[in-house]
Amino acid sequence: MSTIEESRAPAPVPAAPPAPSRLRDLGRRLIGTRRVVVGLLLLVLLAAVAFLGPLVSPWEPGERDFSAMLEGPTTEHWAGTNRTGQDIFTQATAGLRKSLLIGLLVAVFSTGFAALVGAFAGYVGGVTDRGLMWTADLALVLPNFVILAILSTHFAGDGGWLVLVVLLAAFSWMVTSKMVRGLTISLREREYIHAARFMGVPAHTIVLRHILPNMSSLLIADATIMVSGAIIGETALSYFGLGVQSPDISLGMVIAAGSAFATTAPWVFAFPTLLLIVMVLAVNMVGDGLRDALDPQSTSRRP
Amino acid sequence: MSTDTVAAHRAAHSGHTGDTPVLEVTDLTVTFPGTNGNPDVHAVRGVGYSVSRGEVLGIVGESGSGKSVSSMAAMGLLPDHARITGSVRLHGEELLGLDDRAMARKRGRVISMVFQDPLSGLTPVYTVGDQLAEAVLVHDARTPKAQARARAVELLDLVGIPNPASRYRSFPHEFSGGMRQRVMIAMAMANHPDVIICDEPTTALDVTIQAQILDLLRTARRETGAAIVMITHDLGVVAGFVDRVLVMYAGRAVETGGVDQIYHGSRMPYTMGLLGAVPRVDAERRGALVPVRGNPPSPSDLPTGCTFAPRCPIAEPECERSEPALLAVGSQPSRDDVRDSRPGAPPEDDTGGAGAHRSACLRSGEIARNRWTALDIYPVPEIPEPAASAAPRADRPEMLRVTGLVKHHPLTKGTVFKRRVGTVYAVDGIDFDIREGETLALVGESGCGKSSTLMEIMGLHEPQRGRVEVMGRDTAGLSRSDRFRLRRDMQIVFQDPMSSLDPRMTVFEIISEPLRTHGTPRAETTARVYELLRLVGLDTEHATRFPAEFSGGQRQRIGIARALALEPRLLVLDEPVSALDVSIQAGVVNLLEELQARLGLSYLFVAHDLSVVRHVADRVAVMYLGRIVEIGDTEFVYTRPSHPYTQALLSAIPIPDPEKERARTHIVLDADPPSPADPPSGCGFRTRCQKFGTLSEPEQEQCVSDEPLVTPVNRGDQAVACHFPERQAGV
Repeated sequence: MSTIEESRAPAPVPAAPPAPSRLRDLGRRLIGTRRVVVGLLLLVLLAAVAFLGPLVSPWEPGERDFSAMLEGPTTEHWAGTNRTGQDIFTQATAGLRKSLLIGLLVAVFSTGFAALVGAFAGYVGGVTDRGLMWTADLALVLPNFVILAILSTHFAGDGGWLVLVVLLAAFSWMVTSKMVRGLTISLREREYIHAARFMGVPAHTIVLRHILPNMSSLLIADATIMVSGAIIGETALSYFGLGVQSPDISLGMVIAAGSAFATTAPWVFAFPTLLLIVMVLAVNMVGDGLRDALDPQSTSRRP
Repeated sequence: MSTDTVAAHRAAHSGHTGDTPVLEVTDLTVTFPGTNGNPDVHAVRGVGYSVSRGEVLGIVGESGSGKSVSSMAAMGLLPDHARITGSVRLHGEELLGLDDRAMARKRGRVISMVFQDPLSGLTPVYTVGDQLAEAVLVHDARTPKAQARARAVELLDLVGIPNPASRYRSFPHEFSGGMRQRVMIAMAMANHPDVIICDEPTTALDVTIQAQILDLLRTARRETGAAIVMITHDLGVVAGFVDRVLVMYAGRAVETGGVDQIYHGSRMPYTMGLLGAVPRVDAERRGALVPVRGNPPSPSDLPTGCTFAPRCPIAEPECERSEPALLAVGSQPSRDDVRDSRPGAPPEDDTGGAGAHRSACLRSGEIARNRWTALDIYPVPEIPEPAASAAPRADRPEMLRVTGLVKHHPLTKGTVFKRRVGTVYAVDGIDFDIREGETLALVGESGCGKSSTLMEIMGLHEPQRGRVEVMGRDTAGLSRSDRFRLRRDMQIVFQDPMSSLDPRMTVFEIISEPLRTHGTPRAETTARVYELLRLVGLDTEHATRFPAEFSGGQRQRIGIARALALEPRLLVLDEPVSALDVSIQAGVVNLLEELQARLGLSYLFVAHDLSVVRHVADRVAVMYLGRIVEIGDTEFVYTRPSHPYTQALLSAIPIPDPEKERARTHIVLDADPPSPADPPSGCGFRTRCQKFGTLSEPEQEQCVSDEPLVTPVNRGDQAVACHFPERQAGV
């Protein structure tokens, strides 16, 4: 066998290349995936629109132009106005700012929390498992709409939307955490997990280093769905006046207000909906690319 | 299925003489078209063979050699997108091109198949008997139901299922793997087929069960008079059973001939390598095994010329010009002819004379003339003599001592209120020790408690009962930091190279993980990882790749490198080679032996393959139902096994030598091992013991009531747990 002859030759002392870095590799692969680049560019563009839009627009978010009610796009109102004369472009871009933050933050919080709870419950087992899963069951049966309604007064004012983000995340992690727990229980018996345990790797490191990366496909899919889910969820709440409270404005509120005019005055509906679609698309592209980049077995990455 | 029959051949073989082969395969090729711009996979490239009534043909090859695909093609079981050309004739009738309906009438009736995995061969929702009766009914719907049932019971009886009438109503999950394989064979025999194709029928089974199944196949051959095509990767299995052998490599037949010609006078370097790579249970440890270096080529990217040339030790430039044809030994074209010929020309096989010894090697004549064997052409690595073995065993420090170790799992019922309804006696009081620089093999069939023992030892926790001492330290009294430090000294290599490496990590991360965990500085870690890669025979550029990009043998090397990273003194090997092909296995076994000699490691080697154990182990412990039934020096245990179970195990292992194999009488144990949840009283082995029946009544009484203790026998390093141990000569 050639190996033995090779290994008996005096080892050439560190002519060894430097240690490969996982993060740098991942970064290179991400940059190499076109979907990720396009998705990220779209997201940056959306963020720019969201933050610069209200500034470049001659109108204030709440301002009404009583001379132009329910008017189509003009040079004055780039995307038209609604029934009360508010500028759709200003409203939508200002709303996008909140919705971007809400969507992305809820997704990260909820999926992250679900992953941690599920993985620890599944890996540690016993009392921890039962305690965490009882909490999840309890959270599942809580009437979230009622709780949000009661707490909706706190959503107004500075940082009010953050309370909303936390609450939205708190009501959406349970199902994912149960899936993660199930997967963890099957992963736990894999030999590489045993190997890690037998070399003395502590439990929390095993969860973070081996278990969660091996279910990253599930987590990323869950997070991307969660982004659009959170935005739509917030829209539903806003429809009943329980979501983002005025004077704050969200994309959901703008879409909800415009939905009634979707056929008669499409511009009221079209521009904010377009923003929402582009945003969800961008998030999905990034998620998809990230999943491929993280999965060494993914075929689409093969040259 | 697109087919392209060879009309010329059909005309040539139209004569229906008495000696017509039952199944005749000519120039069969199977190609799976590549999708998404991947290249086509050439799984089978021109294979021909024929079998006559009552004849057994063994098709031998490693995984990916196309041996299963070629038989699936004969059965018409390949997916529709496979491109099949050539000809498969059953009783002179062309099978390729028949539609599925016509083929279904043949399958099971004229040609039938026994698959490798008995677990998935039966439908879980129907009783075993009904499935057997269906096999009868499906080809003759006019058979009365009652008659079909009677035939099913008869078949169950024939394949040795006890109480066939009542077992008729059992569901597949109530049967063990061996019994399910018996049912599969009964199903294959149900309609007196003329050809039975067995695709690795014993690979998933334990040795004692394998011996039963091989016995049963002999019965099936006798009963039905069918021609049998036996597909296997294990050269031992076929040695005593087949008449002719066909060796496949990279989708082509590379050598064919009578079983004795192949085993004793192989003329193809690949076959020679395969035979040399098999550790022998009947031979003493004799230095390193003969490894075939490299890996089989990918069927989508084959080299021009001889496909074995890149791995062949005697390859010449001519070998790479064109693929050699399968010709009678000595009738290969001369080197000059090859040099003059067009490169890459398709070889034309010599089809005449089914029994002739033919080989696809340019140098076959030369090999025959010089009477070369594997040892002559393959470079055998030298393995240094371990330093530690110089000192007598008693003087060497103890690496591991296990005393009265017990691991019982509770069997519980109910979801809310769990009640204990029984106990699985996984490990039931075992003792052994391992000294520095030695290898102890723990041997036994599946479910005997080997793996539970390993997990208990590796856990470094206080056992349920008994003591585990690692390097002289009792695991019961360890603090958390002591345990962490002790883990440096003992590491594990797992069986399955697929699941023992995290698929999301690069090789570098996998090997550096133990170093990182134990706080090795970054620069040192990097240097050590590359050093380890070289040590186990991998390249430094492999570091950035992922495990999925490696073959089984390479992955096992990565696993070994990870285990060695912390410079342990004790390495626990959980079936490290059982998932690997023979030629790859030899390389890994040699590596383990070399590492032991160079680094002074001690091994706890768990295996079910007694041939490998004889090759690597200094001492061996045989486990049965959670207990050690025999322990001692490997030479003693193998040459004069004292426990009836050890004798049966050794006797069940097929030897890759047709002459010896035919002359041997196998001890075939009855039935399956009892469940560890319900072990028999007294001696655990008495229910299957071949000796129990020969004992007098008071002696039997003793076996039933008293549990035998492990006591020394034969005045040497050998101890046995049997009331009536035997002192006899071995294999």
